Amino acid sequence: MDALVIGTIIKVVLVLLIVSALAGFGTYIERKVLAFMQRRLGPTHVGPFGLLQIAADGIKLFTKEDIIPQHANKFIFSLAPVITAATAFIALSAVPLFPTFVIPESLPLIGGAIVPSVIADVNIGILFVLGMMAAGLYGPLLAGMAQANKWGILGSARTAVQFLSYEVVTGLSVLAPIMLVGSLSLIDFNSAQAGGIGSWIIWQQPVAFVLFLIAGFAETNRTPFDLLEHEAEIISGYVTEYSGLRWGMFFIGEYSNMFTVSILAAVIFCGGYGDLGFIPGSLALLLKVVFFFFLMLWVRASWPHIRPDQLMWLCWKVLMPLAVVNIVITGIVVMI
Amino acid sequence: MHEEIIHTENKPKEKQNYVMLDLGKSPEFGLPAFKQVVKRSLNGELFVGLWVTLREMAKTLFMGGKHTTKYPMEKLPISPRYRAIHNMLRLLESGHYRCIGCGLCEKICISNCIAMDTRYDENQRKEVSEYTINFGRCIYCGYCAEVCPELAIVHGGRYETASEQRASFSLFDDMLTPIDMLKQQQEFQGFGSVSPNADAAIKKTPLAY
Repeated sequence: MDALVIGTIIKVVLVLLIVSALAGFGTYIERKVLAFMQRRLGPTHVGPFGLLQIAADGIKLFTKEDIIPQHANKFIFSLAPVITAATAFIALSAVPLFPTFVIPESLPLIGGAIVPSVIADVNIGILFVLGMMAAGLYGPLLAGMAQANKWGILGSARTAVQFLSYEVVTGLSVLAPIMLVGSLSLIDFNSAQAGGIGSWIIWQQPVAFVLFLIAGFAETNRTPFDLLEHEAEIISGYVTEYSGLRWGMFFIGEYSNMFTVSILAAVIFCGGYGDLGFIPGSLALLLKVVFFFFLMLWVRASWPHIRPDQLMWLCWKVLMPLAVVNIVITGIVVMI
Repeated sequence: MHEEIIHTENKPKEKQNYVMLDLGKSPEFGLPAFKQVVKRSLNGELFVGLWVTLREMAKTLFMGGKHTTKYPMEKLPISPRYRAIHNMLRLLESGHYRCIGCGLCEKICISNCIAMDTRYDENQRKEVSEYTINFGRCIYCGYCAEVCPELAIVHGGRYETASEQRASFSLFDDMLTPIDMLKQQQEFQGFGSVSPNADAAIKKTPLAY
């Protein structure tokens, strides 16, 4: 029991540190990829290939003056970024990050311990992760409403509309794979696709995969659905009045959510951490996550935003009917 | 698509091809609207966009297609006609400055920024005792270079004019070609000279006026 608690704490700390660092590294990768796609250089001056730009940005964010607007609700204003960052990290606790492995006996103290692939293997894994990401809605919503700024209000209104609508599509799109696998645990999803590329759920559920990706883009606030902080229209949306560390926490939360959605897409539809030919499972999962992350940056460089009304139109008139039809067809096939 | 001939008084007749996009009328309800949505969703235009950015990324990474000039380290060449901080040239044989103190530049300067004073030296030649240009007033019109009978004052290419002191630019000795750089002194082609790559730089203007 004690070993389980200690092991879990160690994993939590590791995941927190690594994912926060990755979120920073994600900004670097994003800036580089966008720059190359627009024939620019991206960050080059700080450190080799501009790699230390992350550290420079971090120092800048941490040492910036902490400003709370005069008429803002101070408690909620300071609480909101914590909600975003915390829910993003809590969601990661039920997501498998690597194959289950045994620590080699040769290591002192912890040798021979079995490390499960997930921090908390709750039997409602998918529901928990999606629920946590949905709870992340409160971050932008409260932030926008607490800061006494009209752009913030508009941003939080858009947040509520967008996240709540696309929650429906996400839920319905993963419902069909759940019916196929018969479990909500992401570990079961992984073992259901253990038979190589041919057994991936993406081949049986291509529509659900596309729907999940689209909804994932909307829920992580990525282009073409980044209406929440659309600079040209509403300054910065819900983060208008934020600066420094608080703004950085929104940022970390957003990037952690991108990782979560990438991992979910990889685990639910693309075989997760199953071995891929000669590629070991951990590396395979990493490659898939990297691909989905790159896809988000790629799409950001390529496609324009859509209008809020088009966003709603797409969600309720196209994606949701498609998802429902997909579920009905899947149900009929499963019954037969 | 229709062609239009534009007649102007003093320009040659130009034929312009305006292409009108024939989008047709967008159906709003029922099966036609549904068909349009399906057609537009599935014809893969989004993937064309993705392909374009990926192609540009490959070009940037592997074919050296970057547009960025790293400015303080790399500089783009400027035209010889560029009118920046003035240069005072020297005579190539003797190395003496060319200025004869005639005062034409001071007279013609429309922003009144050139101030000069002259005197006779021991050989009864006119020499320049004071010569300053107030670059806070100078509008870089180039009249001084145009009027100079000796090609003594010309415009140079020194366009980075941030400095701690105005005096860093405005004194005669600062603008004068350093005596050890005399060999590298570029002869001024004359006001309005064309750049060496002028022929190559000519492009068709996108609009025919």
